Amino acid sequence: MPYTAKIKVTLRQSILDVQGKAVEHALKNLGYGTVESARIGKYIEVTINEQDLLQAERIANEISQKLLSNPVMENYSFELEQVN
Amino acid sequence: MAEVIVGVVVFPGSNCDHDTEYSIASFEGVRPVMLWHNDHDLQGAKAIVLPGGFSYGDYLRAGSIARFSPIMQEVIEFARKGFPVLGICNGFQVLLESGLLEGALSRNRDKKFLCCQTNIKALNCSTIFTSEYKKEEVLSMPIAHGEGNYFAPSEVIESLEEHNQIVFKYSDAAGMVTDEANPNGSLNNIAGIINRQGNVLGLMPHPERASEKLLGSLDGRPLFESLYKHIVEA
Repeated sequence: MPYTAKIKVTLRQSILDVQGKAVEHALKNLGYGTVESARIGKYIEVTINEQDLLQAERIANEISQKLLSNPVMENYSFELEQVN
Repeated sequence: MAEVIVGVVVFPGSNCDHDTEYSIASFEGVRPVMLWHNDHDLQGAKAIVLPGGFSYGDYLRAGSIARFSPIMQEVIEFARKGFPVLGICNGFQVLLESGLLEGALSRNRDKKFLCCQTNIKALNCSTIFTSEYKKEEVLSMPIAHGEGNYFAPSEVIESLEEHNQIVFKYSDAAGMVTDEANPNGSLNNIAGIINRQGNVLGLMPHPERASEKLLGSLDGRPLFESLYKHIVEA
């Protein structure tokens, strides 16, 4: 059965996240005084037609490094779920 | 004299491709040829320009999908052989994504898409793209981008500075490189860099939009003239 890779790409902490800053300000303006920060990332779902978990994991890693994230300014993480 | 061909790559979303074509065509003996992103043939070009605009909707990150287009595989090979490749704005983003230049461009510090005239200082005038400028000359060129905030790890910045690879920095009209003159938050006011070999240049400002008197500035023209001299005299 194929796997779904649920991939999260986030900006590194050292990179200014202007979208996150705008959202953070909006939340504070809404009165959520305890909101300390907001950061925006990307969520990508990729269905991989592999039967083998290790193989699916290898592909998820490879595509995350090659295309889905830019290692200069982003980090990524993922979870794999079997599709029924 | 046989015409020298300069290839201008056209991605879906490129919108400065014809301005670039126009700027190149103004030099005698040079013929710009438009190269479609889905092709593999560089058509005998002696130099390649990746123009400004967008590419593939700039989905994911600006330049990230363009970097894997068929034509880019040829352009990367071409650049690795030492031929001149110039990337303007989105073209600079594509060059960074493809690894031909180091670093990355993130969103402008002030969140805004910036479309305005800027001053940049030419710091390295011994490259094939800048030989027609005077050292430390201040140039007026427009920028038009949302993601022009240059970033690289500190060791990369140090290495770029050390090897004279920072070709243009944002400055004020007097040539002072200040934070106020930095439109987008780029580290060290970086507006354009060249690779160590000196054949791949990327910059955010638009020289092709500053190459005709009617457009308010002619300061971009010497960049094309430098390249022209290099490829015609080579």
